[in-house]
Amino acid sequence: MAADSCSWFSALAVGVSLLKCFFISAYRSTDFEVHRNWLAITHSLPVSRWYYENTSEWTLDYPPLFAWFEFGLSQVARSFDANMLQVENLNYASPATVLFQRLSVIVTDVVFIYAARECCRCVRDPKGSRDILSQPSFVLAVLLLWNFGLLLVDHIHFQYNGFLFGFLLLSVAKHLQSQHLQGALLFAFLLNLKHIYLYVAPAYGVYLLRSYCFTQDNKDGSIRWSSFSLRRLLALGAIVTSVCALSFGPFIAMGQLPQVLSRLFPFKRGLCHAYWAPNIWALYNVLDKTLAVLGVRLKLLDKAELPLASMTGGLVQEFEHSVLPSVTPAVTLVCTLLSILPAAASIWLRPRGARGFLRCLLLCALGSFMFGWHVHEKAILIAILPLSILAVENREDAGIFLILTTTGHYSLFPLLFTPAELPFKVALMLMFSIFSFTALRKLHSAQGFLLHPLEVIYLLGLVAVAIACEVVFPLSPWQQRLPFLPLLVTSVYCAMGVCYAFLRLYASLLLQREDKPKLL
Amino acid sequence: MQTWSLVSICVLLSIIARWGVSLNSYSGAGKPPMFGDYEAQRHWQEVTYNLPIQEWYFNTTNNDLNYWGLDYPPLTAYHSWICAYLAKTINPEWVELHKSRGYESTQHKLFMRTTVLVADLLIYIPAVVLYCLYLTDGSSKKKVSVMFCFLLYPGLILIDYGHFQYNGVSLGFALWGILALGLGWDVLGSMAFSLALNYKQMELYHALPFFCYLLGKCIKTGLMGRGLFLLVRVGVTVLATFALCWLPFLAEPSQAMQVVRRIFPVARGLFEDKVANTWCSLNTLIKIRSILSGDSQLYLSLACTLLAVLPSCIRLLTKPTFWHFKLALVNSSLAFFLFSFQVHEKSILLAALPACLLLNDLPLMALWFLQASTFSMLPLFLKDGLLVPYIVTSLGFLFFSIYLLSALDHCSEDKLRLGAYNKLFYWVLKMDLAFIVRWKFYISIAAMVGLSIAAAVLIAPLHLPDLFPVLISTTAFLHFLGTFIHFNVVQFSEPPSRKSQKKSN
Repeated sequence: MAADSCSWFSALAVGVSLLKCFFISAYRSTDFEVHRNWLAITHSLPVSRWYYENTSEWTLDYPPLFAWFEFGLSQVARSFDANMLQVENLNYASPATVLFQRLSVIVTDVVFIYAARECCRCVRDPKGSRDILSQPSFVLAVLLLWNFGLLLVDHIHFQYNGFLFGFLLLSVAKHLQSQHLQGALLFAFLLNLKHIYLYVAPAYGVYLLRSYCFTQDNKDGSIRWSSFSLRRLLALGAIVTSVCALSFGPFIAMGQLPQVLSRLFPFKRGLCHAYWAPNIWALYNVLDKTLAVLGVRLKLLDKAELPLASMTGGLVQEFEHSVLPSVTPAVTLVCTLLSILPAAASIWLRPRGARGFLRCLLLCALGSFMFGWHVHEKAILIAILPLSILAVENREDAGIFLILTTTGHYSLFPLLFTPAELPFKVALMLMFSIFSFTALRKLHSAQGFLLHPLEVIYLLGLVAVAIACEVVFPLSPWQQRLPFLPLLVTSVYCAMGVCYAFLRLYASLLLQREDKPKLL
Repeated sequence: MQTWSLVSICVLLSIIARWGVSLNSYSGAGKPPMFGDYEAQRHWQEVTYNLPIQEWYFNTTNNDLNYWGLDYPPLTAYHSWICAYLAKTINPEWVELHKSRGYESTQHKLFMRTTVLVADLLIYIPAVVLYCLYLTDGSSKKKVSVMFCFLLYPGLILIDYGHFQYNGVSLGFALWGILALGLGWDVLGSMAFSLALNYKQMELYHALPFFCYLLGKCIKTGLMGRGLFLLVRVGVTVLATFALCWLPFLAEPSQAMQVVRRIFPVARGLFEDKVANTWCSLNTLIKIRSILSGDSQLYLSLACTLLAVLPSCIRLLTKPTFWHFKLALVNSSLAFFLFSFQVHEKSILLAALPACLLLNDLPLMALWFLQASTFSMLPLFLKDGLLVPYIVTSLGFLFFSIYLLSALDHCSEDKLRLGAYNKLFYWVLKMDLAFIVRWKFYISIAAMVGLSIAAAVLIAPLHLPDLFPVLISTTAFLHFLGTFIHFNVVQFSEPPSRKSQKKSN
């Protein structure tokens, strides 16, 4: 990166940090209260009570390192407003509390900013191009720092994903820079901060084992068993074990491990979240519903025999399918593993460096998003953010990125349903989409178009969906009868795009002949 | 990247900034019995919707002029009337006569904020975009940078979207006028400016430069030939626009007189609150208001204002170029702000608009003044509970205008147009003026930051309750006076000799 890159990168970072400050008094979801409660729990209770406390319904369900993170925050919170640190103060949201919690997200995003900077170092800028705006590193910095989903989920909806993604991206960047032990350490930390990243753990496991523990390949790229390095395996093992020991050790010592794990993995929830994430199960549910309606119409089914399917009633609950077989957690687990398997096998058989690993990581993230149990729509960000790196390097990936981000980001729209936040989500989404489309097109302008005309039509259809759901529907009489219709349409329409992007990404991994050596 | 995408990204960002500020509190929120400007605007909707047009400006049983009586020209009233119709269709309670007084709710706030945004999107923002694309010189990236800073000027955003007013409308019309004059469409320009005048009488601050520029242009093209034709066309346009706006009030002379009386309340005194102009700052030394009678205060301020405006207007009359026009706009509005009668702290926005026009030519001076103007309204923002947006927007504006316009990189004497000072004070020739200016800038920013923190955090001593407002207004006054003198000197020094500058004339 050039010497003056420091100035534009910091300008982007300062700009987005100030932008985040505009959302301080915006709408915030119950996650705000969740995190306030965790602040209170970690601050006012002994460690042994952390995973037993249940005054609030929002019990601590993140791994221990995150609890310690909240503990650290609570030390600062004390000087803002000590009342927020009392467990009994449910739904406490004084102005100082809001300011502190919002600022804590903005400030801890420093990790993310640093990670984005490291990722930008990993892409090479073509020499001689003067225009900063069309340099891959600049585009990547904007795609990461100004990511619509992160702004929406972290700074309006309220969560600490920026901080967590900072670890993920930093670890990816370390792998791209061939510093595998650091990458593994960061990922181990990440897993102990939020266990949702277990989704991408298979990619890490396979890649580290194959490309780090085996130091050499045969000439045809297949594995050379004799090059196995036990020292490296032990080093990796030591890192992972020590981080986990640091995190879970105290709870194992206190004999609380089963309790902690039961908090971390609540399988009592339903197949789909209240609002369906745009994945296979959304399509499956709709297919089921359509078949049921058709069956009743064609007199093939008896209406009385069907279970009362309440679909997206707004509560997290079990949903019984009426025609198609019901889906159990075990089925989703098998489907997820099956969807990940080819990707993992591919990089085992034919490792293609850190880029191949990144591709596998994306497929793991998307695979578990497509088939997982009780997936949140926010989880799409695990795929979108790392894909940004590939998008600025490769035309094919740029096309997939555009489809995945546009649909994935649009599927986040229902997260904000208050009218006052409508301008924010529309303006932010437009801004990000305009930038990503024009910048990526400029970046790959030499190699032709990024999107097929059909894909363009599909994406333009999103505009129609948006207008129908946000403007027309609230004014129409269906508002009363079918309140969940916009959510259903949104998630089904987006699910098609996400599925398509998933398949194309798979094709790009499996059909790729030989990756050009892009490693640094 | 194409210009259109950069432009749209900047506009979207500025919308987000505006909407972000608008989520905060407004003036007089939950403060009966008088509330604040927000209630004033709502009350005007109530009055204009429910009363016949003849009663709008009169004190009647249904229209208590002591409770936020309408005191802006007719266009404001019509705007309120349109908004009232929308309000009525959404929720009739919002504009119900008498009963809606002091109405506050989240939905209503959302509605009011939306009306401001819509007005801005229709009038102010397009004017800024077009001005920056057509009338600033440099690469397209440079134009977009100037536009971004222009749109992010914190003072206007905080007053319109925080405190609550519709300055974007009057300033937007004025900007359309400036834009049209810059493109050579004098008739359209004078029409737009007449609309601005009919929206807010404070636009008179800009009237003299408009007048002198057009008159100067007529004289230059020959008062006997084409110039006269232009003069007549402009005159007819202005009269026609005014007549149209005032049509309902022209039937009876008493109606029109009452509107004029409402618009120019001379009885209100030399100044109110703590405003960063000459009279208020002088007040800390001499109590003018107790020495002079009301009338003599009026004449004194009138005389001072005219004296202050005169040089720059005469210069403009003799050299009616767009460059001088822009400078004269700043000088005239600053002269009015500093010396005229009954000035509000918000009136500095009228000087800020033309200063934004100079962001491209004199980046450092313009942004310095703009920052000081935002700072001068800090007591108001503190009262309205807008501290956080004030900090965020000010930091953002300062950072991006310095970074994008590279204000501090190009501060050679030539770029800052300090040549005239060298001629004036030849004995300081050996000193590096640019260096001094840069340090003055740093010190002044530090002073503003320090005073902002002090005013927000510290509690004033009991015997000096107005300590911080007075300190703030005096500091801001010194900045304004300095800017006023500097821009006058710039106007009287040689104009920049750049090709594009000539082209735009």
